[in-house]
Amino acid sequence: MIPLNWYLILGAALFLLGMLGFFVKRNIIALLLSVEIMLNAVNLTFVAFSSQNGQINGQIFVFFVLVVAAAEAAVGLALVIAMFRNRETLNVDRSNLLKW
Amino acid sequence: MIEVLFLLFAAIALGAAINVLAQKHVLYSSLSLIVLLTAISGLFILMQAEFLAVINVIVYAGAIMVLFVFVIMLLNLPADEDGEDRLRWLKLIGIPMGLFLSFMVIRTVWDVRATPLTPELAGTPQAIGASLFTDYVLPFELTSLLILIALMGAVVFAKKDL
Repeated sequence: MIPLNWYLILGAALFLLGMLGFFVKRNIIALLLSVEIMLNAVNLTFVAFSSQNGQINGQIFVFFVLVVAAAEAAVGLALVIAMFRNRETLNVDRSNLLKW
Repeated sequence: MIEVLFLLFAAIALGAAINVLAQKHVLYSSLSLIVLLTAISGLFILMQAEFLAVINVIVYAGAIMVLFVFVIMLLNLPADEDGEDRLRWLKLIGIPMGLFLSFMVIRTVWDVRATPLTPELAGTPQAIGASLFTDYVLPFELTSLLILIALMGAVVFAKKDL
């Protein structure tokens, strides 16, 4: 059986990659994709702890994370469509109407 | 044998995640994210969480990513334009701080040990359903409300005259 910390290291590496993408990328769809990477890294960690501790609760949490990810993707992409229609760009640096 | 499979799936997942960040066009990024999700599902199966592996493929790769690809194609986007680099000075601080954060996070989880239980927990649909409809029945029902609100929000935001 694979030791727990292998999964944790992989999860941490994936989370850090997602975070890097969130800070570096400027396209709003790429930002949403980075969030999805981070959610999956957390899912992996949840399932690793769940299977190593013999508790089902971690897998239930993954279920709820999936639901929230689905809701987030639906609303986020609707916002992306509205943003593209109004601003003709997806670059988050150009959406600066609220900045002075 | 199982270690080889773990390393294979981990390598695919990391490579796909790096490719998501490296691609210029978001369409290729999202296709690469599907590869990442499939690799994660393989890891779930290694951990005996079969139900979540199936759900991950069906809901994430099958529904959410199709939505992403659909929107990207609907908007008919050009590849990322290279705007002016507004973060030039922040890079000087950001790269060392990012490396430091990565080091600290990896070091924290490096030595985590747990005694694995035998027999291993199997995440069958039966076990997950039994827990979901007894201990977690209130969050489960609230989930339906969340989905309903997200549905209405998506319809409202995507309307023509927003």
